[in-house]
Formats: sequence, C-alpha cells, structure tokens
Amino acid sequence: MPGLIQSIERSSAVLRLLATGPGRLRVKEIADALGLPKSTAQSILRTLVAIGFAEQDPRTARYRLGRGLLDLGSTGLDANELRARALNWADALASRSGEEVHVGALRDGGVLVVHHVFRPDDSAQSMDTGSVVPAHATALGRVLLAYQAAAAEDVIASGLDAYTRRTPTTRQALARALAETRAQGWALSVEGWQAGRAGIAAPLRSYGGLVIGAIGISGPVERLCDTRRQARPALVDHVVAAARAISRDLAGP
Amino acid sequence: MTDRYVLAIDQGTTSTRCIVFDRRATVVAVARAEHPQSYPQPGWVEHDAARIWRDTQKVISRALAGLSADRIAAIGIANQRETVVLWDRATGKPVAPAIVWQDTRTAGVLSSLDSDVLRDSTGLPAATYFSATKIRWLLDNVPGLRFRAKQGEILFGTMDSWLIWNLTGGALHVTDVTNASRTQLMNLATLEWDPSLLEMFDIPAGMLPEIRSSSEVYGTALGGVPIAAAIGDQQAALFGQTCFEPGDAKCTYGTGGFLLLNTGTDPIRSGHGLITTVGYRIGSSPPVFALEGSIAITGSLVQWMRDGLGLIATPSEIETLAASVTDNGGCYIVPAFSGLFAPHWRSDARGVIVGLTSYITKGHLARAVLEATAWQTRDVVDAMNADSGLALTGFNVDGGMTADNLLMQIVADVLDVPVSRPMVAETVSLGAAYAAGLAVGYWSDLRDLSGNRHRAARWLPRMTSEARAAGHATWRRAVASAVFFSDGLA
Repeated sequence: MPGLIQSIERSSAVLRLLATGPGRLRVKEIADALGLPKSTAQSILRTLVAIGFAEQDPRTARYRLGRGLLDLGSTGLDANELRARALNWADALASRSGEEVHVGALRDGGVLVVHHVFRPDDSAQSMDTGSVVPAHATALGRVLLAYQAAAAEDVIASGLDAYTRRTPTTRQALARALAETRAQGWALSVEGWQAGRAGIAAPLRSYGGLVIGAIGISGPVERLCDTRRQARPALVDHVVAAARAISRDLAGP
Repeated sequence: MTDRYVLAIDQGTTSTRCIVFDRRATVVAVARAEHPQSYPQPGWVEHDAARIWRDTQKVISRALAGLSADRIAAIGIANQRETVVLWDRATGKPVAPAIVWQDTRTAGVLSSLDSDVLRDSTGLPAATYFSATKIRWLLDNVPGLRFRAKQGEILFGTMDSWLIWNLTGGALHVTDVTNASRTQLMNLATLEWDPSLLEMFDIPAGMLPEIRSSSEVYGTALGGVPIAAAIGDQQAALFGQTCFEPGDAKCTYGTGGFLLLNTGTDPIRSGHGLITTVGYRIGSSPPVFALEGSIAITGSLVQWMRDGLGLIATPSEIETLAASVTDNGGCYIVPAFSGLFAPHWRSDARGVIVGLTSYITKGHLARAVLEATAWQTRDVVDAMNADSGLALTGFNVDGGMTADNLLMQIVADVLDVPVSRPMVAETVSLGAAYAAGLAVGYWSDLRDLSGNRHRAARWLPRMTSEARAAGHATWRRAVASAVFFSDGLA
C-alpha cells in the first residue's frame, strides 16, 4: 500500500509472529515465515531487542516478546537505571556549573527526583532523591510536560497551585511556557516554585527522540540569571551539553 | 598563560583509560580501550602486555586530541596490582603472557610456603593473588627462562613498571612502593626487596625493578613530559578520595568491594586477617600505610540475581525491587560463593539464604542482596577498627554500585556513620593525577588537594541503634549458619 512504511509493517509482522510462538522462534524461522532475507529479519530483531519489544533467550538464541510491551504506558526505563546512566554526566555538570543538579522523571503528575548531586561547595545539603516536586512550577517539570501533551493536560485538569506570585496558574500561562521550552529546547523557571530561586533544565531522550526524563541545575536567581532575569548562556550550554551526552548513551546500542 | 593539565593512565583489569584533569580536578577528556581476558585453562587468567602497551599509546593520543604535550604538566599511572609481566631487556618484548592477579594456577605451591614468615615480612598471607608465586611459575615453566633471568636478560614488572619502561623507551626499570608491596617480595620494614624472600621464591634479584616512591619524577615521556606517579589502583582510589589522615577510609564498590583504611606512618599488623599494605609515599616523606580488606561478592551478587535467577533485567532494577518492600521480611543472604573472606576466612564455606517463610517475595530477596553488601562491609570495618584502634568517623565510597541510593543508605545505617560520594567518580585516575601533580608542583600540597574534594552526595544513618543491633545479631547468625552448613559437607 503506498504511503505506508514498510519497515514498520515488517516489524509488526515479526511481533505478531513472536506472539504466536513465544520463546520458540529462531531468526531463520522468522525470516522464512515472512519471506524476508535473513539479514533483514536479523536487523529488525536487533532493533526490537534494543527498544525492549523483543528478547533473546541467551541459552537457546530463540526470540520472544519483550517486557517493554507489557508497560507501553510507561517510559520503559527504570528510574534507578536512569540515575545510573546519568551519574557521571550529572557530576560533571555540577562541577562545571557550580550548582546542584537534579534528574527527574514524571510520576503521577509530579516530578520524581531520581538523582541529586550536591552543589560543589561542601555546604550542608540534604538528599532530595525520592522527593516529588510540582511539574508546572519547576524547570524540570516544564521540560517533561513540554514533550508529553497528555500529561500536561492532566496536570492542568488537576489544578495549577500557586507556590509564588510567578507560578503559572492558568492554562494559557503554562501553555506559553511549554511552547517556549519546545522552541528553545530547554526550560528556564524563575521563582516558579520558591522565591529567589531559579532552574534551567533540558530533556533526556531515549530512542526515537522519546523524552523520558530531564536534567537541570537550580540555584539563586542572581547566579543562574543575568540582570534581565534571562538564563546565563554559559549555564544553558552546560545543561544542554550534559542532556545531549546522556541522551546519546540512552539511545545508543 | 594557557591552562595546563595532568594526564592519568588507569591500566585496569579489563580496560586501559586515559583521563585529563584540570587544576580543579574536573575531567577534561577521557579515552578508554578494553582488552580481552584470556582463559587458556581453568583458573588461568592472562593478558597480552604488548596489546596493553599499544592500547595505552592509543588512549593517550585520543585523550590528548587537540592538546599539545607541552600543555601536560605531568603523567601519573594507576594500575591493576600484582599482575606479572616478564620481558626481554634487549628487545623489550614480553616473553610470556602476563599472569593476572585473579589467576590461581599457583594454588598448589601455597602449602609449601610459610604463611607466618610471609605475613611477618610482607604483611600479606600466602595466596595466589600476589606476584611472587606467579613470577616463579613462569621461571619454572617457560623453557630457558630461569637461565636467561640469571644472566640478567629478563626483567620483571607489574603494569606500572611495564608502562614506564615503554614510555621512556626502555630507559627506566622502576616500580613504586605500593605496587612493590603487593609482590610479596618487598619487606614492609625496609621497603626494599627482601633477600630471604627472593631466595624462598627462587627469583634472581637482577630482574626486579628499583623501588621508588609513589610521587616523584621518574623520567620523561611524550617529548619531555615528566612521569611523576605510579600507584596501585586501590591505593590510588584512597589517594583520590583524599584519605590523608589516619582513620580515613574508602570503599570501592564494583563486582567486589575494596576497603582501605589509612593507618598513618606505622604499619599495623592485622589480628583479623586483613592485609597490611603501603598506602602511598610522597617523595622522600615517610610512607603511609593502610589496612586492606576485600569483599569478594558485592555487585556480583546483583549480577547473580539478574543472570542466575532472572529476577531483574538490569543491575539498577535491584534498587527498584528492593524499594518495593520496607524491610527484608526476616530474610538474609550470605553470599559465600567462593568461601567467606575477611574476617571469617573460611574458604570452604558455601552461601546460604535463611529466614524463608511464605511471606518472602522477590522484593525481600532484593533487599537481602543489598543488605548483604552492607553487612559484609560492616564485618570488614569492625575488623579494621579492632586492629587499628581507630573508630571510623565517616565513610567514603566510589565505584559503580554507588549509583544505588538505597544501598548507600543501608551502608550508612549499618555502619552508623555518614557515607559520602565524591564529585569525581573516577577516583583511581584522580589519585594518580594527584600524586603526579604533587610531584611537579602543579598542586602545592595535600591541603590543596583536599580543597578540590567536593561531596556529590551524602547519606546519614537513619536506623535506630536497637534495629541496628538486632540486624547485626541476625546477620551473624546467618553467617554462622553458612559455616555450620558447610562444616557438614564433604
């Protein structure tokens, strides 16, 4: 059929085959069943394994459906796995920016802090990991909502609480902030949650560009922003570079 | 003035890495090359030393991409310890595959060695782990090698010596005191090769490198850059964690755990089966000693949950699974997969899972897995405290498992001290960089280095003392049950 993408059709056919014969099929059998060259079937299977939709039994080399199909509604990446992948880059970001670093993922309409690196000044600080912060009021949350329209709708529907005078509390205000985030590829929140504090965050992308988390720095407004309350470009560069480096790792083989 | 940097080479068991650090100890560039492990027979583990030297050249040039050598103030080397390289002095070519520290081919000769004499002079028990039995094996088994070694044609070195020899074009045959302390040929009192040990192992003195300090300029490489540090990898991690005071300790959590405690300028002999080793020596200052205790099974227990039991898909998921319950439900795992190590030392022991009821889920098992790492750490720390008389006040951690926040919280809970993770995760490379930078004045002194240390995370004990005492008592019963079970086995 014209206009349809052949590789998706073939991948879907492979998935249907796997569903009919769980744990029993080899590459050759899949290739034969669909009339595909073995190398094509191999590439499709390798891709499906990489994204979690298929698994290969290490002992028998046979394929089955992957666990990624069981939780299609989630991001497909364990929060603790996200932390492990982000660890080194988050440390480097804290060291370069001189600010504390958080990595977050959406959880029940809020941002679950999955990783926290202290500000590198050895002052007394406590771990925020495991806490949940409001999505509409923080830079991390704006990044996550900007790329997940349904989640943004849910957050709006459940009511936008005001934490400061500057928290976006209307649909229009939040939509404007999210559009701006999408346009520039990163988010700035100035005193959206706590007076005197700002945050800069950027998206963490998995395969296919899927946003599965956000990384950001936070600190006093005067350190993160210039006198016109715009984000300092050098800090934005550090945040975006860290996010890209982690994304390369997440989307990689 | 343009910025200058320090280049660290971390020649490890599975890979060789080169990291460039700036003055604030921030990573500027990283390059890494993995090398194959060769297992020609059961229990044998070998490396190709020539390949490792090629990898080293490759990672140096990749890490330096865009930087000219005159921007490098010094080179520091940290390395896998105990691994034996023998090479031909004239051609510079290895005469046999390098025998890796994990190799157990020399187990048969241990019973003929006097462990008390060895412990007394070297701080180390008789074990296959250290270099001496491996050198002897090569001299005994490679045809003609002993004769050639006696003629002065063959040189021995651990990886630091091998790399320095090559980096200086064969001009220098040296090692540092931390690496020498792991050969089992160096006397801890004199810090020199011990003639009676050379006689015991039948090793010609002429093949050994000169023992130097961990931080001094040995020579130059790359057209004039000082090679200014060599230090064993676990000692490098101690140094990189800036554990400069007696009582400072670090633990590196990987597949196993390596715990080192700075004990100051006097070596402390362990009454609890720990190893006495040189921590570091800076220039002509007195050496600083350390007690070392290793935990055989930490991350590898998590791998077993994944590969052996299939309960998790990635190691990180152990934390998710463990966090799905609030406690271990009374279940304890003693992972004595290859015996119990310090301070129990029962090589015949097998592991046990105890406290099972129908209430126990995989979440409780996951929690017991993490707790096993924490309680094993506690056992080693208790032994260290007893030996040294130093009470631990804080605990510095590094390594891959420090990504597991729940594990770090449990470690803080069972040790009852704050647990800190430093900002630079690459503590081994950083330790080598620090030692090299100190030798050339890139950093002025230890205080200057401590100023670079920043905490990335800190976990405070939250457990009540009653819960800690009860948990510890139950863990000890679990260990006792592993010993009891194993006693009955043929």
